[in-house]
This record gives sequence, C-alpha cells and structure tokens, in this order.
Amino acid sequence: MALITYREALNQALREELDRDERVFIMGEEVGYFGGAFKVTDGLIAAYGEKRVRDTPISELTIVGAGVGAAMGGLRPVVELMTINFALLAIDQIVNTAAKARYMFGGQAKVPLVIRAPQGGGHQLGAQHSQSLEAYFLHCPGIRVAVPATAADAKGMLKYALRQEDPVMFLEHESLYGLKGEVPEDGEYLVPFGKANVLREGKDVTIVSYSKTVHDSLKAAETLENQGTDAEVIDLRTLNPLDIGTVIQSVKKTARAVVVYEGWLTGGAGAEIASRIYEAAFDDLDAPVQRVASADVPMPYNRHLEAAALPSPGQIVQAVERVM
Amino acid sequence: MALERERLAERAMHRLAEGELLELYRLMTLIRRFEDKVAEMYTRGKITGFCHLYAGEEAIAVGAIHGLYDKDYVVSTYREHGHCLAKGASPRAVMAELFGKATGISKGRGGSMHLFDPVLRFMGGYAIVGGGLPIATGLALSIAYKEDPEVVCCFFGDGALPQGAFHESLNMASLWKLPVIFVCENNFYGMGTLVQNAICQEELYRFADPYKIPGVRVDGMDVIEVYAAVSEAAARAREGKGPSLIEAITYRFRGHSMSDPAEYRSKREERIWQERDPIKRFRNLLLHERRIAPAVLDKIDQEEAAVVDDAVKFADESPEPPLSELTKNVYVED
Repeated sequence: MALITYREALNQALREELDRDERVFIMGEEVGYFGGAFKVTDGLIAAYGEKRVRDTPISELTIVGAGVGAAMGGLRPVVELMTINFALLAIDQIVNTAAKARYMFGGQAKVPLVIRAPQGGGHQLGAQHSQSLEAYFLHCPGIRVAVPATAADAKGMLKYALRQEDPVMFLEHESLYGLKGEVPEDGEYLVPFGKANVLREGKDVTIVSYSKTVHDSLKAAETLENQGTDAEVIDLRTLNPLDIGTVIQSVKKTARAVVVYEGWLTGGAGAEIASRIYEAAFDDLDAPVQRVASADVPMPYNRHLEAAALPSPGQIVQAVERVM
Repeated sequence: MALERERLAERAMHRLAEGELLELYRLMTLIRRFEDKVAEMYTRGKITGFCHLYAGEEAIAVGAIHGLYDKDYVVSTYREHGHCLAKGASPRAVMAELFGKATGISKGRGGSMHLFDPVLRFMGGYAIVGGGLPIATGLALSIAYKEDPEVVCCFFGDGALPQGAFHESLNMASLWKLPVIFVCENNFYGMGTLVQNAICQEELYRFADPYKIPGVRVDGMDVIEVYAAVSEAAARAREGKGPSLIEAITYRFRGHSMSDPAEYRSKREERIWQERDPIKRFRNLLLHERRIAPAVLDKIDQEEAAVVDDAVKFADESPEPPLSELTKNVYVED
C-alpha cells in the first residue's frame, strides 16, 4: 500500500496497463505534452511516446468515434475527454455507436473503449464547466458507467475497465484528484464493476452515494453519529452495472434511505435508485426515500450561489432527519 | 483532369482480365436484382422499417471494392446493401436481415441500415449521416498502430459533407496520414434537398484541398473509373501517404427511401440519368470493346436473378430471433 492521490492512482493504473498490454493507448486533447488538463496523464508521453499517448485536435465527436473504430480494430483505446461537458459534442458517437454497436450488429462487434472524463462542480467554473452528466449515460443501455470515489477505486476500477470488453464512461470528479488514499501497489489490483462498497456500517439509515458525494455522506454520518443516529454509507462505485442488491439488503435492515449525488435533482441517478428501492423494499420502508442533489439550475459563478447549488453534508444531515 | 481520369480508366480497363470484368458485371447485376426484389418485398410487407435502395449507384460500390484487397475494411451508411454485397456478403444473409430473421447478417437486430460482418471486414452501416467517418478514421488508426498493410474504404453521401464529423475526420486522417479512402457518393440530393441548397461548394472533391489530401471527382456511373481512382488511392494509403477524397457522381434511381416517391425530381432528369445506367453502359462496353458474347452476359443475368430468388426463399423460410434473446448481447458477457 502507498498513500497517493486519486490523480496519481489513475496515472499508475494507466502506466501499469500500458506496460501490460500493447493494445492499450491513450488519446485526447492535451493528454501528451501538456500532461492532461488535470495532469492525470502527466509524464506518460515521455515514458511511452507519441504512439501510445496521442495528442488530438479539438474534435470530440471524432476523438470518440475514432476510439470506437480503433476498438473495433482490435485496440484498447483510453479516450480522455478534457471534461465531461465536452462529451455533449461526442454524444452521438457515445450513444449511437459505442453503446449500440454490439447489439445492433447481432453481437458480432466488440467496443472495448474506455472514455475518461473529469466532471463535477465546486471550482467556480460556471454553467458550462461544472456539470455531472452520469445520468445521460446511465439512461443508455450498452455502456458501463463508473464513478470512483477513492484513490484505490480510481486505480482498481480503471484497470478493470481496461480488462473487460464493454465501452465504459469512466467519470472522475474534479474535486477528488488531490484526495489521498491508501492504494495497493499490486499490478493485478482490480476492482470489478457492479460491486458496491459499504464504507460505514450502521443500523438506522442507509445513505447511498457515489463519486465525490460519498465523502460528503461520510462527513454527514459523523455528524449524525454525534446526534445518536447510526448511518450506513454505501458507495455504489458503478451506476451501470448497478449493485442494487447491496442497497436493498441495507434498506431492509435500516428501513430508511437517502440517495446523495451531484447531478441535478430532476431525472438524476437518484431517481432510478429510489425507484428500485421502492420496487424491491416498499414494505420495509418507514419513510419515503429522500434525494439530496444539485439544485435544478445552471451552475452559477458566484461562490456563495455555487455552494448553495451543490449538495452538502448539512443537507444530507437534514434529509436523514426527515426520514427519522 | 477529366481527360487524365479517362486515360487512367482506359489503362485500368486493359489491365483487367476478362474474368474480372465479368465479376464486376456480375456484382452490379446482383445488386440491381437484389434491390429491385427488396422493393417488391417491401411492397408486399415482407420488409419493413426504413429501406434505402442503391439502384443506380452500383458502379461505385463494385468499382471501389474491386480496388481493395479482401482484408481491407469497408465502412458504410444506411444505403449499404450494395457495399455489403460487393464486399462479398451472402445475398441470403443480407436478405434475411432485411426480413428481420435470426439468420440475417446482423441476426435480425440491425435491419437494412445496420449490416455487419467482421469476417468480411464489412464494419457496419451507420445511420446517422456522417457517423461512419470517425469510425473509419479510428479503424485506420488501428491499422497504422499495428503497422498492418490494410486500408479502410469509407462510403458516405453528399449529405454528410456539411456534418462536423466529415471535417473533423478529414483533418484527423490527414494530420496522422491514416490509410483511409473517403468515397463520397454524390447523388445530388440529401433526401430531397439539392446539394447546391445545402453546401456552399458544389464541387465536393474540392473539400480535399483544405485538408491537404488528393481530391478527385469521378464518374460514378462508370465502374472502371471508380475502380481506377480507388486503386490509386488505396496504393497511396498503403504506402503511408495518407487519405484521399473521391467524389463519385451518381444518381439514385429510386427515392431517398421506400417511402419517398421523389416528387422533387423531374421525370426528364430521371430519364437522363436512366440513360446513363451503369450496368447497361458496362454491358455495352463488354459487348463492343471486349467482344464478349451476349449469351455470356445473359447467363449472368439469369444466374443472379436465381441467386436473388434463392435469397428471398431462404429469408422467408428462416426463423425469427427468439423473444427469449431480447436482452442478449447488450453487453459482452450476456
């Protein structure tokens, strides 16, 4: 184990997979000589050269489409979108090609493409650079959605993404890059998709989250503990596949659930998770499922307004109080 | 330029053995018979959904793909039956796909617009206009990465020219000198909109200039001219010199799709183009310039009609995909 950042863990995963598999290569805007807009690919071009670490023009649609084509051609591309906001320029290739090729071609196509993208707010980047768009991809069958919350998961899940065969949206949170955690140095450290992680066991309420708001949920759980409420915190790790079994098992124990995520409240992943809880555990619930999410507004620039728009530990505590 | 092209085509014509010429004739005939039969089956309700026919444009698919090796890749659009057949697909498998049957080339999951055969390296029909160009660019990138000798031939219509995907892909392919041939089938109409009402530069091959790649316009009703241009572009791509843009002028003999009576075109215009029918024209060439006996060509006509009838019978008798497999193959482990 080594204490490294989420960013370093991703970088380590990429190095290990570049070493392990010659078919793995990275392409995206500024991934080479700049080292990645968030420095995730820092140093890789020096170590692996331009063939394995390819700077691209600003052409998101074709970067992703070429990733699909290269994957069909037998390679294992890691496409970096500088931020998830730019994925909207590529959404045709993500939704219409990457996610559908296997099914619409009768199971004969494989698209082992990993699309990495930072997302999330909290840095006063305004309406077009602060979004969390996981629900867009969760909605679409055929593409996996990974949302790691810790440095260890960042490494293990990215490595797993590069060893399985489906296209993956690998969504990193911009606020987590500097977060440190103990990360196994083992080159075979893999975190398989579809296995939620119970980060804190509790008997009174289930808090379900993923990505950055996992940490807000853990903070809220500490406050709640001081108030005498014992919260269980579940990190989903991936939204597709969705490990709803672990969530249901917990809700059957606690009879109360709060879903926490940074996407917009309306139509977000929380709505899907809450529905699944109602479908499978309605009779076990003692209170309606609550959602804590971003306000339904384009992200404002002003610091105080932005903080008010984002979910916070305080809001999670309040949501738990509503279900108790 | 036109004269040079004709000379190139003439040389190519002399280079081709009689067997090859007959194969080109056979494939064009197959595609025409196939498409006519598809129209009939569509009218009879055997084929449903969107269905875009290739009749009139056969010389492009057949000429271009003859200019490739078997291991080269083809990427296509929603008007793709011709490309798929020219790449060597079984007419049975393509017809069965249109019928939505389990024996179809995409197991009945794709339909007319999404044919696919990885063994033939027919890498799919993409039904978002321009959607195939980035895929072709990526396939070409994988070839360059692996230092393989293959090339990618990417077909698209004039309607794709104003799409961002076209410009992004040409830029990227040129920048990285990727082995891809972009073949624009200019049939003058994007659905019902004339090219000059959609694109500021009607001479579409000129879009090669800003991307610093060769751009040529060929007669898409002349199978040999298309063959010669694609052969040259493929050789160039194989030598590591990068992509080319070929604009093939053509005309679709039917509407945009089976539901389009093409009322935006005049009967006179349609008649003019019918006179340039690529199959009739090639037949005349074979009869008069290569002294091939009419009976040889008539026999091919009959054989291909029988092949298409057999494809229909096969498709009709094939089973539907089972409902129990609805959710299979959304993901690899399914």
